[in-house]
Amino acid sequence: MSGVSDIVSRIEALARKLGLDYHPVDFETVPTMFMMEVAVYGLPVRMPHWSFGVRYMHELIRRNMGHSRIFEVMFPGDPCHAYLVNNNTLAENTLVVAHVLGHADFARNNQLFARFEQMAGTHIVEHAAAQAHRIETAVTEHGQERVEAVLDAALALEAHVDVNMELHRPLYAAQPDTTERAPADPFRKRFQRLPGEKEPPAPSREPRRTPLPPNPEYDLLWFIAHYGPELEDWERDIFLAVREESFYFHPLFACHIMNEGWASYWHARLLREADFLPENLYVDAIKAHSDVVRPFAAKQQTALAVNPYHLGFSMWEHIVENQGIEVARRVCREEDDFGFIRNYLDRALAEKLGLFTYEARQDGEIKVAGRDIDEVREAILAPRFNYGAPRICVSELRHDGMLVLAHDHASDGRGLDLERATRVLGYLQRVWRRPVTLHTVDAQGTAHEIRNS
Amino acid sequence: MSQDVPPPEGRPSRISAETSWYDLFSRGGRDWLRHNEKVREAVRERVREFITSPDVVTRGEGRTVLVPVRLLEHARFRLRDAEAHTGAGQGEGQPGQILRPAQSRPDDAAGEKDGGTGQGEVTFVLELKIDDVLDWLWDEMKLPDLKPKQSSAVEDSELVREGWDRRGARSRLDRRRTVKEAVKRRAVQEHPVAFTDDDLRFRQLVRRRKPATNAAVMFALDVSGSMGEAERILAKTFFFLALHGIRRQYPKVEAAFLAHTVEAWEFSEEEFFRTSGTGGTAASSVFTLARNLARERFDPARYNLYLFYVSDGENAPQDRETAAAALRDILPELNYLGYVELRPVSGRSANTEMSGILGELQRDHPAIGIQQGARQEDIWTALREFFQQQSEQPQEAG
Repeated sequence: MSGVSDIVSRIEALARKLGLDYHPVDFETVPTMFMMEVAVYGLPVRMPHWSFGVRYMHELIRRNMGHSRIFEVMFPGDPCHAYLVNNNTLAENTLVVAHVLGHADFARNNQLFARFEQMAGTHIVEHAAAQAHRIETAVTEHGQERVEAVLDAALALEAHVDVNMELHRPLYAAQPDTTERAPADPFRKRFQRLPGEKEPPAPSREPRRTPLPPNPEYDLLWFIAHYGPELEDWERDIFLAVREESFYFHPLFACHIMNEGWASYWHARLLREADFLPENLYVDAIKAHSDVVRPFAAKQQTALAVNPYHLGFSMWEHIVENQGIEVARRVCREEDDFGFIRNYLDRALAEKLGLFTYEARQDGEIKVAGRDIDEVREAILAPRFNYGAPRICVSELRHDGMLVLAHDHASDGRGLDLERATRVLGYLQRVWRRPVTLHTVDAQGTAHEIRNS
Repeated sequence: MSQDVPPPEGRPSRISAETSWYDLFSRGGRDWLRHNEKVREAVRERVREFITSPDVVTRGEGRTVLVPVRLLEHARFRLRDAEAHTGAGQGEGQPGQILRPAQSRPDDAAGEKDGGTGQGEVTFVLELKIDDVLDWLWDEMKLPDLKPKQSSAVEDSELVREGWDRRGARSRLDRRRTVKEAVKRRAVQEHPVAFTDDDLRFRQLVRRRKPATNAAVMFALDVSGSMGEAERILAKTFFFLALHGIRRQYPKVEAAFLAHTVEAWEFSEEEFFRTSGTGGTAASSVFTLARNLARERFDPARYNLYLFYVSDGENAPQDRETAAAALRDILPELNYLGYVELRPVSGRSANTEMSGILGELQRDHPAIGIQQGARQEDIWTALREFFQQQSEQPQEAG
């Protein structure tokens, strides 16, 4: 380790000199297995659920086929936690340490990250572990079946949070009491003067129920946790735990291209300027760099996906080259991927990178659709819209406790996968314990209601 | 930290190789096991479909089955698949250029990396114990356990020790008893001697009759040209379940596999399901073979004997009398004869040669089950009828 720790301190000094501004990073070396689990769970210790087992198996298969390798993973916080795989070479670790410092800088300065940090504190790793522990306790207390039913529902709604609201958000304000007598208006007075008319009956005194939710509510996890008619406290806790983790994952998801690009930009720059590195170490590290930051797999001429490392890296180089580091820093602070791609992926760069849009038909034919810059931007961003999930809101909580969900198909452009949606409603119904229904459109675009009761 | 580096602002970063908090316990492995448990539950719920699927393989002397299953998917809200999906790519290519021709399924390697759930058709093989599967089936179909033949009908005799006597073979001398007798005698005699012949006690053996717990099953299959592949699979399923159902009840089950066209042969289990023949059908041949087996190998006095016959119902008309005679010959020695007729329901009349012959015999022999049909469901009906009839029989008789 002495080699690495020596390099870490030198690279860090260089990074500070170049103006990187970050919370300290705790590096740990871990076995490959650990990395794989982080790739699956997103966090070192996270709640147990069988669906992670499925992803784990997929990951294991991919890993065995040699598709990808993870060098590091970093969790922002104060301090940040970074994990290096224990079989990385010294050159790889040099690269990875520089890369992690880039991430740490990004996480401290980007406003989206800062906002989450402000809401949830800087100890998500410990939080998630504590939540996992609570859930394991719940399993012993309430049984596997019941806990799993709650997790089935909560994790299925993982993406359905409203990140524009606070993490700890207050309940809806009670609506002002509108049952007071209406003031005597001229019409009413005249009505009363009509011969033979009695005093109209006073409006009923019992308070009218405020409609719930007052506006369509897109934070399904929050709504169910707080307004579920028969949820027990431990069940609410699980929903809120999943929601907190979703909030944590959101900036990572929403800034993926920027963040990876920024870290790649900085590891490249730090390596370039680190004159203290032995030459062979530098060459090996740069080799590792070009393996990570490359547009296509070896020996291929096209890729049907854009490597975020490559795209982000090229964009940051482009920005720094043309507009200077200060502008780059401002962009890093203020944008997320949507603003970043739409405002800073210009025609010249897209052309240089050879970006295109393609169309994949269901019969498997894939053809190049075009190279229009706007379409390229939107094609890159489309899967990132709304946390990658369809927009679904609670439109009404009926008096009998029935939960009415609505799918905003106008903004999504098409209906839901009905079979899966029905199964999700099945999960939901088990914890909501009252009827649940969902309005969407079917393949023909006509209104369709899925019921599960 | 080495000396020449000025400490950065705040706390310096740390490096450690410690993973103490990470207890090397595989969370992924744990969740994977839980997933498998859920798959087992799912298989259990739909055990009938799974067990009759042609992909099921038996292994390890038939004590486990391998069932191919799909990974479970945790459902999420998802948009319906669009007619054509647009994505962003990178590289060369002119608008309109075809990057991949149609027909080959779009494989998942292209668009993944979003860590999505359950995409891709990864199947894995679940190994289930046949005993478990049968327990599930029995639970589900609410099948009773089999009853062996009435004790008067099938008996084994065995020698058991019972009582003592003053005479017997030296080898069965009971020393403890003998010494006890001697002690008693000495206690009352004034000048006792050590042992006398009267003290000797010998264990006695008695021949006792006990109900037989052996079973033998004969499976007879019509392999003439008219039996198609689908019918064969159904037959296999039926035989498999019947055999293991009987194994549930009897500690020792022997099986014989017979196939026939105009002639009948005995096969080993592996060969049996691969045999196919051509030409006509003479069912008498297989019944005669079964009768001979019953006489030579499976003594009806010692075995609970079952015969299952699967055919498409066709039989040469000139064979009719011979077949009926052979059946009449063997029926008294059987616990049960199950006949499953596999034929497409549509079109042909329900009255085939075989069902005619057996239907007639059924009047005198209630232990005949006839089931017609060509679907999975009919197999279950046949099994249910067989097992229910079998468990009711002794009550009727006794």
